[in-house]
Amino acid sequence: MAVILQQILNGLQLGSVYALIALGYTMVYGILRLINFAHGDIFMIACYIGFFATGILMGRHLPIWLVFTATMLATMTLTALLAMTIERAAYKPLRNAPRVSAVITALGVGLFLEHFTLATLGPAPRAIPPLLPAANYSVGGLTISSVQVVIIVISVLLMLLLDTVVRKTMTGMAMRAISYDKTVVPLMGVPVDRIISLTFAIGSAVAAAGGILYSQAYPIINPYMGVRIGWWAFIAAVVGGIGNIRGAMLGGYILGFVEVFTPTILPSSTYRDFVAFTILLVMLIVRPTGLLGRITAQKV
Amino acid sequence: MMIESRRAPLLVLGTILRTRQTVLLVIVGLALSFFLERSGFVSSYILQILMYVGINIILTLSLNLVNGYMGEFSVGHAGFMAVGAYTASIITVWLFRNQAGALVFPIATLGAGIAAAATSIIVAIPSFRTRGDYLAIVTLAFNMIVKSLLENIDALGGPRGFLGMNRLTSLASVYAWCAITIYIVRNFVYSNFGRAVLSIREDEVASNLVSVNTRQTKVLVFVVAAFFAGVAGALFAHLVQFINPRTFSIQKSTDILVMVYLGGIGSIFGSILGATVYTVLLELLRPLGVWRWVLGPVMLVILMIGRPTGIMGLKEFAGFVPIEERARKKKEGTAVAAASH
Amino acid sequence: MPLLHIEGLTHYFGGLKAVSDFNLSLEEGEVVGLIGPNGAGKTTVFNLITGVYRPNRGRIRFGGKDLVGMASCDIVSMGIARTFQTIRLFKELSVLDNVRIGHFSQARYNVVHALFRARSFYREEERIRDKAYELLETFNLARYADSPAKALPYGEQRRLEIARALASNPEVLLLDEPAAGMNPHEIDRLLETIAWLKDRFSLTILLIEHQMRVVMGICERILVLDFGETIAEGTPGEIQTNPRVLEAYLGKEAS
Repeated sequence: MAVILQQILNGLQLGSVYALIALGYTMVYGILRLINFAHGDIFMIACYIGFFATGILMGRHLPIWLVFTATMLATMTLTALLAMTIERAAYKPLRNAPRVSAVITALGVGLFLEHFTLATLGPAPRAIPPLLPAANYSVGGLTISSVQVVIIVISVLLMLLLDTVVRKTMTGMAMRAISYDKTVVPLMGVPVDRIISLTFAIGSAVAAAGGILYSQAYPIINPYMGVRIGWWAFIAAVVGGIGNIRGAMLGGYILGFVEVFTPTILPSSTYRDFVAFTILLVMLIVRPTGLLGRITAQKV
Repeated sequence: MMIESRRAPLLVLGTILRTRQTVLLVIVGLALSFFLERSGFVSSYILQILMYVGINIILTLSLNLVNGYMGEFSVGHAGFMAVGAYTASIITVWLFRNQAGALVFPIATLGAGIAAAATSIIVAIPSFRTRGDYLAIVTLAFNMIVKSLLENIDALGGPRGFLGMNRLTSLASVYAWCAITIYIVRNFVYSNFGRAVLSIREDEVASNLVSVNTRQTKVLVFVVAAFFAGVAGALFAHLVQFINPRTFSIQKSTDILVMVYLGGIGSIFGSILGATVYTVLLELLRPLGVWRWVLGPVMLVILMIGRPTGIMGLKEFAGFVPIEERARKKKEGTAVAAASH
Repeated sequence: MPLLHIEGLTHYFGGLKAVSDFNLSLEEGEVVGLIGPNGAGKTTVFNLITGVYRPNRGRIRFGGKDLVGMASCDIVSMGIARTFQTIRLFKELSVLDNVRIGHFSQARYNVVHALFRARSFYREEERIRDKAYELLETFNLARYADSPAKALPYGEQRRLEIARALASNPEVLLLDEPAAGMNPHEIDRLLETIAWLKDRFSLTILLIEHQMRVVMGICERILVLDFGETIAEGTPGEIQTNPRVLEAYLGKEAS
């Protein structure tokens, strides 16, 4: 029983990270109908930015919580800027092109980021120094680490913040309006380009936060880490209902639990990818709009 | 108002002439490849590049059917290649225990194609109900599932890979399969089924409502495309004599995509061109080391933004178009001019 | 026995009732009109007949066979063809190809014949080609054969759509607003064309139209829909004077 509770906790931790990353996929899809396959690699770049940020900030006799906060903010900001640049350079020219072009471009951008990082920084993995207090609490047979608590708490806070922004602010309303009808919205005075940039920025910043948190729990980073995690987060977004913010959060936690519990059911942990992708395939066949997505019909 | 088939005699004559010329060309090419390989005039390095080009031509043509002509979003083509590569290797190494024999390789290659074609059903069925982005994900998921499965089956070597194949691939066999692929794809495109495929790309709903069986057509296209991808996989496996799941990842699928879009969607000559240019380019850039892998994605992005229809645009090299289908340019000019009143 | 028999056809979109208890008995050789204000459910009836949607309730029998649940392509191959409210040609393909695609289900060769260029392939291709040219000549479109469909002027595009529909050798032709965007002169020509087509190709026609000139000019019988319900059925004369119909159209006069 204790083991199961332990795994649930692990699932929550992992799920939080997946949820944060899935949000980026879902927000961009919602507003542009574009699957930003480069998002997972943006997550990876965020981890590297975090690596270099901590490298710069550590050893300056700053209190550790300040280092952590500064790293978070710096990484989120820089990643947001990167995402906005990518959007302007690669996606904006294709806004009116057939969707094939955009999807394939996204794939290309992602691969570019991977290989570029590999070429400039080398394949050797790097280790992120711990920035969070590492205390362990024993609660009724369970061992809860403070790292887990921080990850879950910060993630949930970010998600609540995002949910509020999307539902209660003008910007959020604009985002949702654009997701419903892109052509009419500019006629109402909404600066579509700016809102789109902002969407990319927010989605990537949130993913970057996820990256920093993730690398506190799993400190080894390499240029290909974005591929696997990106795909899992993407599956999470689809399962939850791509385009739906609450769906992304739900999907994230579902995938977190899948990752943690699969090794207990199947013979080896290497089957995890197989399970995840099969879930994706089944989802797409049975209920392509995901658990919380809406179904749109085509007029004949 | 009946139209006499005045073109009939010309037609028949035209096709006979074409066929004879073409067959001659193919035989000459085959003989040339045979000779080139054995003569020693050409280094084994060049020979290998030529074979890579041939294999890539087959891959590109097969994907062009799905993405170019049918306008679908298949981005996991390497999955079919993987199925083919492993199937062929199982046949030659396990089934035939690496015996020599003229029929071994053809059987293995055919088996590879058939196996890949069979697995294409997994992708074809979702394509009935979903298009666009969703189908892209399905095909990607398929690619990942194949890769993941192969990594988990220890009997096939798992992540360490499968080795022990003999070098059964020759320039002649690659050339032969290239010719076969071009022949089949071209015949497919210029037929009822090819037109059906194009109509699906244009307007799937309308297509169904003018009697086109879109489901059947989609299955057909995926099956043919997967078959040749499997064949390419078999040829590849018996060229490099070692395969592992990582060879057939999204990276590979993306490479094939680049070649399709570079050469030109919906153009057979374009696929040949795209495959050749890309393969040769990558080889020429070998001195760049790791940086040459950055090239592919960058090219892809630039292509998509700048010229998504590729080098050939949507045009086809006249040599591949059947005589009956060649547009009468003069008539077109006057008709459209007259219409613009 | 009626050629096309529709009974109790009902269909919902979510909570909205699009078609309610639609009944129609179409006899061979008839020309029947389906009219009503926008959104009355007319095109939905067409979509239901041709299998785009599966009706929530009701029966559709064609030549004795039950059409409900059949795939669109099969329904069309059985002999019911249609045109669309907004033109849905294959824009990038040539005019000739548009018509040839309509012949898809009629082609008498299979994939193997095509891939390996059997003699039956060449024979059939020529036959299809000739038939397609024949149809194009009928509609005075042969000179455009190799032009892309999108290059055609609007009126010719509409005619091409009808030509394409006829390529599948139908018994029943569903025309969805064939006169849309036409001036009175073109409408007169359209009336002639439809009458001529009906005889030439032995068709039974069901026609949706807003232009009363067309409806009154060629339909033997008219059904009037409003909010999915059939509010009137009868000859043109009867419909013109029906108070419910006039009310539904709110002052629109039949010309």
